[in-house]
Amino acid sequence: MADATASDAFVEFERVQKSYDGETLVVKDLNLTMPRGEFLTMLGPSGSGKTTCLMMLAGFETATHGDIRLGGTSINNIPPHKRGIGMVFQNYALFPHMTIAENLSFPLEVRRIGRSDREAKVKRALDMVEMGAFGGRRPAQLSGGQQQRIALARALVFEPELVLMDEPLGALDKQLREKMQFEITNLAHELGITTVYVTHDQTEALTMSDRVAVFDDGRIQQLDPPDTLYEEPKNSFVAQFIGENNTLEGMVKEINNGLALVQLDDGELIDCQPVHESVKPGARTRVSIRPERVEYNKDRLKEGVHTLKAEVKEFIYMGDIFRTRLSVAGNDEFIIKTRNAPDVDRLKPGQQIEIGWLPEDCRALDA
Amino acid sequence: MLAADGTPLKKSLARALRLQKMRALALIAPLLIFVLVSFIIPIGSMLFRSVENGMVAETLPLTVAELKNWDAESNELPDEAVYAAFVADMVVAIANKEHTRLGTRLNYEKTGMSSLFRKSGRKIKNLDPATDAPFKDKVIDIDKKFGDVETWAVIKTHSVKITNGYFLNAVDMQRTPEGALAQPEDKRILIRLFQRTLIMSLIITGSCILLGYPVAWLLANLQARTANILMILVLLPFWTSLLVRTSAWKVMLQQQGVINDVLVWIGLVADDARLVMINNQFGTIVAMTHILLPFMILPMYSVMQTINPSYLRAAKSMGATNWTAFWRVYFPLSVPGIGAGSILVFILSIGYYITPEIVGGTKGVFISNRIAYHISSSLNWGLAAALGSILLAVVLILYWAYDKIVGIDNVKLG
Repeated sequence: MADATASDAFVEFERVQKSYDGETLVVKDLNLTMPRGEFLTMLGPSGSGKTTCLMMLAGFETATHGDIRLGGTSINNIPPHKRGIGMVFQNYALFPHMTIAENLSFPLEVRRIGRSDREAKVKRALDMVEMGAFGGRRPAQLSGGQQQRIALARALVFEPELVLMDEPLGALDKQLREKMQFEITNLAHELGITTVYVTHDQTEALTMSDRVAVFDDGRIQQLDPPDTLYEEPKNSFVAQFIGENNTLEGMVKEINNGLALVQLDDGELIDCQPVHESVKPGARTRVSIRPERVEYNKDRLKEGVHTLKAEVKEFIYMGDIFRTRLSVAGNDEFIIKTRNAPDVDRLKPGQQIEIGWLPEDCRALDA
Repeated sequence: MLAADGTPLKKSLARALRLQKMRALALIAPLLIFVLVSFIIPIGSMLFRSVENGMVAETLPLTVAELKNWDAESNELPDEAVYAAFVADMVVAIANKEHTRLGTRLNYEKTGMSSLFRKSGRKIKNLDPATDAPFKDKVIDIDKKFGDVETWAVIKTHSVKITNGYFLNAVDMQRTPEGALAQPEDKRILIRLFQRTLIMSLIITGSCILLGYPVAWLLANLQARTANILMILVLLPFWTSLLVRTSAWKVMLQQQGVINDVLVWIGLVADDARLVMINNQFGTIVAMTHILLPFMILPMYSVMQTINPSYLRAAKSMGATNWTAFWRVYFPLSVPGIGAGSILVFILSIGYYITPEIVGGTKGVFISNRIAYHISSSLNWGLAAALGSILLAVVLILYWAYDKIVGIDNVKLG
């Protein structure tokens, strides 16, 4: 699904910009194409422009510049109620003065669908989210998770092709959130709906999406499937934002056979994969390495790779894994994670070790 | 259920909370005492006046006792015993200077009684109850009204200590020896005044809703800075004296006033056909709508502020037009604010006094103006109290009806 071409594009943003005050751009040059049936997540810190993008797609904000197309036709001048896009809001936005059934029936009523048809559709939508028995209740009588399901059912009951979700799980507790993540993705794939999902929770983004668009500073920093995003971040922002990440700063000495030799600030040398275009001999770089890819067992390291001296600062037992904080090349926040297996040593604070990694796991990014 | 030391849990809890309760009571005590002394007790005594009627029985005790044996409908004068008792009572009353007050009291029921008692007092004083019997002809000689059956009928009818007479008067009826009867046609004004008060209050409440709703909506939906400025404009009238605002309306609306001058100047109205906009119902409605508008806007605003804008967005995303989204989603959610504002404005306007007094003329006055008249001019406090009690009852009934129909839980003041 990642290789969407213009021909089967369903949702398209082309050179879209948005400014609220005429001085600063909240969204800068957004380009995005989505094929039908894709589950795409817009992920980013608050203020990165992701919600603004969603609101422009829904029609509640107008693009200052550029074109937004749905199924090939520009929707810039179509009011929200004619776009036929289902939407799930952060606070659910269930109408408190209507019962659950009336809430679900509302989008069908405004579409002038007959009563018997309406009742059948409402019942089907309620059954779909396993809330069939709750039609007569009011939203305030339901728990957060139940309200969430109703909000979902209400966004789907009029069978839209595109559904937008604005941080829909933000108010739920962790367990319920994980359960709903699973249910939402299943439902979206079963019904074949195209979904745009906005969140600032990276776990949610990684577990639910076909592709994730990482937003920062009004731009998409990287748009890739979750595994690519995690394993091959294209710049330091994405590397930092997705998952846990260790950063070391230094200068590129040379590039040989597709490997960059980086001299860290304390003089030590490491091998890295040059990723960012700015990585050239003599340039400063920031290298990124995932905590679980760091190895300290000498037997498992390849012959001849550069290693670094490290001192154990803290050992945290987390059950399934051990999380150890090290001091490496002047960085006291260097984290390594090891699986809790019988053959793994538990490191002790103060212990001196040597760490290393495969050069392809260490990515040289922009400084 | 027992606490750890074996005392009942309820008792233990009450002891633990006693200090808190005492402190809370101490905090509200000054206000409580103030309200009790300056408000509740006087109002209670005022309301009691609507049925209290001890004056006749206290001033003429012997006469009232004798009149019990007399049948007012027999159309014959009372016998000598009544006249003798009357003279005995009057001599005491005149010595205490109470006979004029009695005359004033009876004058509410029958005109002429006040002067009758005042004039005859001087002469009755010269009679000696011990030696000058029989009295019947002497008293009738002093004033021939004492030879009129009706005079005695009025005294007998109003000699009961607790009377419904004031309430009957308040609804355009009167207490007669034959029972409650309607007042003569030309004296029936109070029912009409009550009706006018209710209808005009409804019109004022309605205009406040129509004018206030858009303002409250704007206040709730504008950016905080702009909303604050608008809010100051809404509250501005609160900071100006009520009297000044009402007088300003007088300047605006009178026939030589600002509005008429402008209309004449632009040619909409001929100079000799200036509009009459003051000293009538129109003037009262305009001025009171303006004065009471903030009481409508504020509760509506505070309710609208709690309506999440995402409800409207949700409605639109589901295909509702702006109008449908407003009417099906926003409006029902704002009804509690309208309810709160309406109750406030309606109850305030039903008892409003100053504004109708100044701009109402004769056709635009309210029942409260009549109450004020009886309190300060005619001094018929009993009737004033009865009118006030009816007004209070009407308000309570409306409040109860509102609770039944809309539900008082639906009223939000913030």
